[in-house]
Order: sequence, then C-alpha cells, then structure tokens
Amino acid sequence: MNPEQVPRELLTPGADGRFGEFGGRFVPETLVPACEELERAFNEAWSDSLFRTELDDLLREYAGRPSILTECHNLGAQLGIRLILKREDLNHTGSHKINSVLGQVLLAKRMGKKRIIAETGAGQHGVASATAAALLGLECKVYMGAVDIERQSLNVFRMKLLGATVEAANSGSRTLKDAVNEAMRDWVASVETSYYCIGSVMGPHPYPFMVRQFQSVIGKEARKQFQEICDGSDPNIVVACVGGGSNAMGIFSGFIDADTRLVGVEPAGGAAVGRGTPGVVHGMKSYLMQDEYGQVQEAHSISAGLDYPGVGPEHSYLASVGRAEYPSVNDQEVIEGFKLLARAEGIIPALECAHAVAWIAKEAPKIQGQTVLMNLSGRGDKDVAQMMTILGDSLS
Amino acid sequence: MKSAQHKPGALETRLRQTRDTGRKILVPYITGGLTGWIDAIRGAAANGADAIEIGIPFSDPVMDGPIIQMASEKALRDGATPISILHELRGVDVSIPLIVMCYYNTVFRAGHTRFANSLREAGVVAAIVPDLPLEESAHWCESADSIGIETVMLAAPTAPDERLPRVVERARGFVYAVGLLGVTGERTELATTAVAMATRLKKITDMPVLVGVGVSNAAQAQQACAVADGVIQGASVVRRLLDEGADSVAQYVGEVRAAIDTPVSTNR
Repeated sequence: MNPEQVPRELLTPGADGRFGEFGGRFVPETLVPACEELERAFNEAWSDSLFRTELDDLLREYAGRPSILTECHNLGAQLGIRLILKREDLNHTGSHKINSVLGQVLLAKRMGKKRIIAETGAGQHGVASATAAALLGLECKVYMGAVDIERQSLNVFRMKLLGATVEAANSGSRTLKDAVNEAMRDWVASVETSYYCIGSVMGPHPYPFMVRQFQSVIGKEARKQFQEICDGSDPNIVVACVGGGSNAMGIFSGFIDADTRLVGVEPAGGAAVGRGTPGVVHGMKSYLMQDEYGQVQEAHSISAGLDYPGVGPEHSYLASVGRAEYPSVNDQEVIEGFKLLARAEGIIPALECAHAVAWIAKEAPKIQGQTVLMNLSGRGDKDVAQMMTILGDSLS
Repeated sequence: MKSAQHKPGALETRLRQTRDTGRKILVPYITGGLTGWIDAIRGAAANGADAIEIGIPFSDPVMDGPIIQMASEKALRDGATPISILHELRGVDVSIPLIVMCYYNTVFRAGHTRFANSLREAGVVAAIVPDLPLEESAHWCESADSIGIETVMLAAPTAPDERLPRVVERARGFVYAVGLLGVTGERTELATTAVAMATRLKKITDMPVLVGVGVSNAAQAQQACAVADGVIQGASVVRRLLDEGADSVAQYVGEVRAAIDTPVSTNR
C-alpha cells in the first residue's frame, strides 16, 4: 500500500460495529439486547459530563493518573536510540487494566447492574475488576484458565483478598480463551443482573470500541507528555505488546494521525495478526489462529496475558490497511528483554511488556538515532515467581 | 398472527404436516463424530424422532454447557471434522429431515456458498447457527436460501416484543424458542421461561415453534408441548450417547415420544 493512502483517523464503528471488515456482534440471540443496551448506555455516559468527571476523578485520585513518562537513558545509550516509557505499570493495581475497568464498572453501576463478571489471563484484569468492584460495591466473579491459576497464583490470592470469587475454566486449553468462553456462558445465564467487564479491546460491539475509548487516556496523555520533553515532536515509533490489544490500542489511539510508526508486538506462539487468518470467535470477526476447519488453535506464550489466539478487531483493521505493524518475538527473546530492562533501568516489566522490550532490542540496529515510545503497560511483580523458576541459578 | 411470507422448504413443510396431524414434534440433538453417533441417529429415527439435529463440534462452543462441551472436545480429539461428519451423514438412510447445528466460524471458514452446498450434498436441509444473530445473518441467509438450506433462527427470552417478529420473519424451517436464560444442559425443572417463550411466539407466527435448551427429560418435554409445537432435546440425549451408547438414545427418544403423545392433564 502506498504510505500516503494509509488512513490516519481513529474509526468510530457504526451500527454494524465494524472496523473495516472486522468486529461485529457474533453472539447468541440471548445477548443481542444486552449488547444493544450497553451500546446505548455507553454512548450516553461517554457524552455525559457528569460521568466523565466522575471517571476522571477516579482515574486521578484512585488510579494515580496521569502516569509519567520515564526516559531510559542507560538502555537508550546502549541501543543507540532515544527510548521513553509510558509508565502504566505505576497505576494502582499495577497495569493499564484499571483505566478500562473503572470506566466499565462505573457504567455497570449506572446501568443498575449488581454483579460483575470478568475473564483474566495473567490476572491483571481480574485484579483490576475485583478492585473496582470492591471500591464501587458490586459483587465480582472472575473466570481464569486452570493453567493460568497455577502460574499466577499470587494474583488469584489478590482477587480473593479483594472479595472476588475466582472460578477455574477447565475446558479446552484451560487458558485465557477458555476463561472468555466461561465468562460468556455465565453472561448468557445472568445477563439481566450482571455486567460482563471484558478485559481487552475484543468481544462483540460495543466492547472493542468502548474499551479503546476508556484506554485512549494513555495515548492522549502520552502524546502531550512526549511533545513536552521532545520539543513538540512526535516519536518515530510507538511500541506496545499485543494479546487482545487494549494497552496497544490505548497508546496507538493518541498517535493515529501522527507521522509515527505503530508497532504491536505479538508472542510468536500467539501471533493472531502475524500468522492468523480472519475468523469469528468471542463475538467478533478478527484475525485468529485457527485450523483449516475453523477450530481455534491454542496459543502458547510464556506470558499468560498474551496467551490468546485472537486479537481485537481494530488491530486487524489497522494491520489490513497498513497503519500498524505486528511483528512477533519468541519466549527466549522475551526473557532477555525482561532481564534487559531490569538491569539497565531498574524497572522490572510485566512479561507481556517484555515482548515490546525484546522487539526494540532486536530492531535497534535498524532504528539508530530514532525516538521510541514504549507503553510499559504493567509491572513484573506478578511474574517474579515464574521467572525465578525459569532463570533459577543462572543469575550471578 | 402472521403467516409465513416465504415458500416453506422441505423441513418446514414436513414439520407443518406433522403438526397438522396433531402430533407434537420431537427433535433430538446428537453431536457428530461421537462413537455410535450414526447408530444413535438411526435409533432415534426409528423411535419417534421427527427430525434430527446434528452438532458439528467446535473448539469454543459458548452456547453449550458441560455435556455438549465434553462431547465436542471428545469428537474433535477423535478426529471429527465438518467434512468427515457430512461425509458419514451421506450414508444415513433415515426418512426424516436432518438439520445441522454449527458455530459460525465453521461456516465462515468454509465459505458460505461452499458450506451450504456441502450441507445439501450430505442430505441436510437446514442449519442452526447459534452465534449468528439476526443482524449478522444476511450474507449467510442469502447463500443458504439460494441453495435451499433453511436457516432456523433462535428466539430468546431477552428479546423485547418489537424484536421477535423480525427474528420470526427471517426464520426458515421452524422457530427455535430458547427455553431459558443460559447455555445447553440438563436442569431439574423446566424453566418458566420455556412455556412463556413458546406462548409469545405462537401469538405472532404460524410457523412451527420448538422449545430447546433446558428441556431435560420426558416430563419436561410434555410440559413444554402444552404450548409449543415440539421440543429439541440436546444434553439429555448426548449424555446417554456418551455414557451408555446408541441403544440408550433410541430407548430415551421412545420414552419422550410416548410422553409428548400424551397431553398434560389440565385441571380446569
């Protein structure tokens, strides 16, 4: 595609919920009225200054926004680039998930719902949902793959501590995709009283759009902050990791009209955009890892948060029109990235974000002297036990 | 009440005829690819089924509860594919209509026209696609209509009154009344929504109305048939096939047949 023809606008999906050919609302008939009700409720709330003020207050006084930018002087010098991090890891609960969850739970309350359902992979979205439910006084049930419960036991305990119920998803690959299935089954049965708080820019319309709007605070802040420290210029490259893709959409949304490369880094074992084909699962049409008959394949990633065979439909759209690129890195590169940021900057990233670090380190020779803004969407505390097992005595 | 605007296809014609003779309609659901599934179809047909719904297993069946999930996983592990299932169906010599239930990605991946053709070639007359609601159904329905595959639409208890007529209008074959808020699976009681849903639909259409999801035994089938034209029985059939085999399915279908042939006594 000719670069001049690449669209540089943020899309607002119409009634069909599409970003180009992607998105839509492929849900059981039982859920259609609920999706329509949610679409109306979100649009009303989003244009209601009282709702926006309440959300902004929570983001500031509870989540700790705005999150800061940190320039990585050591690692930047080492790699020959100017590297700046957007510090979503410093938010309350340790990741960007809180941005969307506070919005969604506030909306659930406004809609008169009494109960929150959520799915979680690494546990970050589950913890954020449990947190917001505790704060706003709603019941909370979190579905989590049995495999993930094992590798993220600390977050399971956190959720329970916050008063949520954690239910193991024991079907299929017993990871994030199966947790989404279980959450959707719960929602089909409890739709009249429950709000499904989806953890990423995925699912049926309006979720991909709504979650992107809630996460767009990252990109808005980051662009302004970046311009302040870089003499009014935009970064050459914005990088974020992509599982479902909410932290990436959050930061991309602020730079969609800028002369900036947008890079979403996928895990090699879950590269929906990179290696998938269009498919329909979890309510949306998007790139999907699937076999020739449309059976969804299991993703394999060192990071539970990216262990997902699909991707948000807006990413599929951005990839299809050439506005964003989606390379992948393997688990070994991720481990190196994890160590690299820790040792060079004293910042332990979430394994998800270590994917972005790994891509930057690998790409560095080709982008010498450029400015790179990376979304550090979560902190690595939750991954320390897992990394201790992997790295063991290899650290000197 | 509105009469159908479309020309009834093979399934609808057959089910209307069945209803017109005063017989309630029984449609057992069988997961394709399970051990003994073809024998189960034959046994069900011989014991009073009026049509058979064959499930094409999918990796992520969000409308299904534990039994059908387990059956789907097992069939997939044993190597079942849409192609192998449709191929085996060709050899089934039953004289009742065959309906396929599959999730939309199976259809989308194959391609609408190709999939509809493959159904027709296997002798299937209708399709139920539970994650393809009215608003997303136009493209598939166009291909299916032109190839002569009837697309059954689901009507759910959450649908407001203004929505139901639009769903019914697009339905071919019969209207699938979702019996409860929830996924497939056996329940101890028939949900009150089952009869309520059938009542709402019978008021607005003369197409056959069948209740499915949560109709779990002969007694519940009989209760639902007090208002509905018939029932679909899924998890209770599949559980028997998984645990006891095809003969058990045949026997169970016979029990349900007997129950729905005897109207519920009403105290006036």
